[in-house]
Amino acid sequence: MVRHRGVYRANGSILVGGVMSLRSPLGRVLGLGTAKDGTSHWWGQRVSGIALAVLGLWFAWSLATLSGFSYPEAVAFISQPVNALLLLLLSITMAWHSYLGVQVVIEDYVHGHGLKIASLLLSRYAHFVLAAAAIFAILKLGIGA
Amino acid sequence: MNNHDRPLSPHLSIYRWPITMVSSILHRATGIAMAAGFIVLVGWLFDAASGPDVYAKFLGVMDSTLGCVLLVGWSYAFFYHLSNGIRHLVWDTGRGLEIGQATASAWFVIVASIVLTAAFWWVAS
Repeated sequence: MVRHRGVYRANGSILVGGVMSLRSPLGRVLGLGTAKDGTSHWWGQRVSGIALAVLGLWFAWSLATLSGFSYPEAVAFISQPVNALLLLLLSITMAWHSYLGVQVVIEDYVHGHGLKIASLLLSRYAHFVLAAAAIFAILKLGIGA
Repeated sequence: MNNHDRPLSPHLSIYRWPITMVSSILHRATGIAMAAGFIVLVGWLFDAASGPDVYAKFLGVMDSTLGCVLLVGWSYAFFYHLSNGIRHLVWDTGRGLEIGQATASAWFVIVASIVLTAAFWWVAS
């Protein structure tokens, strides 16, 4: 945690280099900044990214060593319980990580306010749809087999 | 006042891209590419759950030349984003942020991503 160097005064304000910080004591304690979500986006990217490094390598290895991609072979792979569990984790984590990444790209490149809000909404819904579709398909194959 | 003949500050198309800039742009580009690839991954799962007829159509699309080019592209995107993501995690600890170190790690990540992609297709074939 960053600890402000400065003089803490009795009313909770802080003098940094002789200048009073304009952040309120509550704002400083909450540490959320102007976007109001603090470091949660940053942490979410790291948590999902580390998980995806492991899950992604497992998936890449599985695809590379799969005997083939015919219908019976694909269904057999997806419905195998350990594979189904890892595919669920992969899909959910990927939807989360992808949403966080696409969000930043939209915030950077889509300039009109209304268009930006619409794009962010669309991206959020699309990622939910993708995650739901993946979960449904994996459960159907995993439980139905 | 005529402003047309005044010199412009150098922009992206003028100066030689530092490799760290290339690696940064690639990280974002491969991330967006994989967001699109996620749709195909979910399509694979969903079409498999929808039965043999629907799945056959999926296989038909992915077996095309375009499908194969996309699959190679997505495999490279994955290994690049993975390698450079680890580079970001190292940076998060405060290490490797000097210019020389960042340049060296950018080249390392680019070489590693090509080697990993080649290894992936070598194992797959």
